[in-house]
Amino acid sequence: MSARPAPVLRRDPAHRVLGGVCAGIARQVGVDPLVVRIAFVAAAFAGGLGFVLYAVAWVLIPADGEARAARVPRLAGRGAVEVALGVGLLVLALLLTFRALGLWLTDGVVWPVVLVAAGGALLWRESVGRPPQPEEPEPRPERPAAVVSRTGLGVALVIGAGVAFLGATNALSGARDVVLSVLVVALVLVIVFAPWILRLARSLAAERSERIRSEERAELAAHLHDSVLQTLALVQQRAGDPRAVAALARRQERELRAWLAQRPGTEATHLAAALEAAAVEVERDHGVPVEVVVVGDAELDERSRALAAAAREAMVNAAKFGGGSAVDVFAEVLDHEVQVYVRDRGPGFELAGVPEDRRGVRESILGRMARHGGRAAVHSAPGQGTEVELAVPR
Amino acid sequence: MTRVLVVDDHQLFRAGVRSELADRVELVGEAASVEEAVALIERLEPDVVLLDVHMPDGGGVEVLRRAGASAHFLALSVSDAAEDVIAVIRAGARGYVTKSISGAELADAIERVEQGDAVFSPRLAGFVLDAFAGEPPAPADADLDQLTPREREVLRHLARGYLYKEIALRLGISVKTVEAHVSAVLRKLQLSNRHQLSRWAAERRLD
Repeated sequence: MSARPAPVLRRDPAHRVLGGVCAGIARQVGVDPLVVRIAFVAAAFAGGLGFVLYAVAWVLIPADGEARAARVPRLAGRGAVEVALGVGLLVLALLLTFRALGLWLTDGVVWPVVLVAAGGALLWRESVGRPPQPEEPEPRPERPAAVVSRTGLGVALVIGAGVAFLGATNALSGARDVVLSVLVVALVLVIVFAPWILRLARSLAAERSERIRSEERAELAAHLHDSVLQTLALVQQRAGDPRAVAALARRQERELRAWLAQRPGTEATHLAAALEAAAVEVERDHGVPVEVVVVGDAELDERSRALAAAAREAMVNAAKFGGGSAVDVFAEVLDHEVQVYVRDRGPGFELAGVPEDRRGVRESILGRMARHGGRAAVHSAPGQGTEVELAVPR
Repeated sequence: MTRVLVVDDHQLFRAGVRSELADRVELVGEAASVEEAVALIERLEPDVVLLDVHMPDGGGVEVLRRAGASAHFLALSVSDAAEDVIAVIRAGARGYVTKSISGAELADAIERVEQGDAVFSPRLAGFVLDAFAGEPPAPADADLDQLTPREREVLRHLARGYLYKEIALRLGISVKTVEAHVSAVLRKLQLSNRHQLSRWAAERRLD
């Protein structure tokens, strides 16, 4: 076997007689396994303690290498309780047998040791029973209540063992006074310091909320600086160009309004936001005011995305050919379909006399709508502006 | 000429309105607060009050509550919040236009309000369609809690940016009929108990 001791205590199934506990301990300590085995056997005759210790060690100490990886998953729930009960009863039977046979120290030693072993097993399971094993999927986290109750049971068992041992050796009578005075002192301390601790906790909470408030203020200041103040600076620079100033003001107004409404302007997930975003872009690119009115709203799917894209095309057209007039966009989400109207008050045109390039754009709007099972129509006449009507089914 | 009072807490905006409207209407006064507005309405008896929805000491709703009976009101605001707009309409304003409106359109709207008509900007038309969308509440007052298909059609056209005369042309009805539909919608807006409207009203202690 390896001359280098393992970094932590492991069972050694390769040199095992039963579970490899003795071999593992011997390797760790650096003695012949035979010595450890003899010690365990001797302890076994001392009231069966050796058995108990061995069993506990077998359960608690993980084995080497593959044996560890192949470890059966820990039982949970009812199964675990039943197994634990069974093992406990078996151990109890064994102990009682030894007691009857006379292979026994005294009750005052053996029972406390058994209790300590059981309680210790429960506690250690919490701390050392779960070695990190990255290749295994993370085990389902246990309910905190189960962990707490198991820990509590373990602590109770160990304390019970201590008290039983002290009681059996008559060492408790003197301790009672000490315990009483310690309890009284603890109670007094709690009463004295409770208000102070409460106040401390409260002031911590107040400080925290103050910090949150000041962070919000800082965020607000940063946003105003990046948006409103920049726009105001631009407005001053371009004061001679009323159209540019108006466009800047409108864009800033939209942006600020969206920010106040906590509507994220960057990623549109709903139709209304997508249309607003398109309107802002068209306004910015063409310097024409675009007014968007949406009745109802719907989450964007493939169809309404296509609708929004077609509406954007229509807005661009209206801004380009509408003679600088304002563009009105009206969208309504109905039960059976979503409609969008894009209207300008420009010169209008005879549909028959549409120039080729414009017809091309129109085709792209019509084609896009047709591909998504929708419809599109253009209404226009000279002197009456133009309206593009778009709809997709829901 | 129509005698107009401008109520707005922004001095710059009042100056802008003054220069836009100077030769179209008679501007009799300006008020920058609810108190001033109420006093001036009582003293000057204007035909139309241009009313800002948002003001520090209560806003248009408060002015309407205290002096609503003595003039025609046209709400004028940058505010897009539906509940604010619906609230001033329910408090008695006869129309709502956004501040981006042009001078000529504003003068036109003032004239229409003075004649007792309603003025719905595309945005207000959209808000109203929204407020009256869906099924009416269970004990429905069918006349007040629902829009007729025709009224809905007129509102849709308003939201699409059509003028009254264009709507009349498209629907094959007279301009007077369009005005009647819009006035009917305004009446429903002010009197209906649909829960959206009631909720907005309750938040502003109007009912």
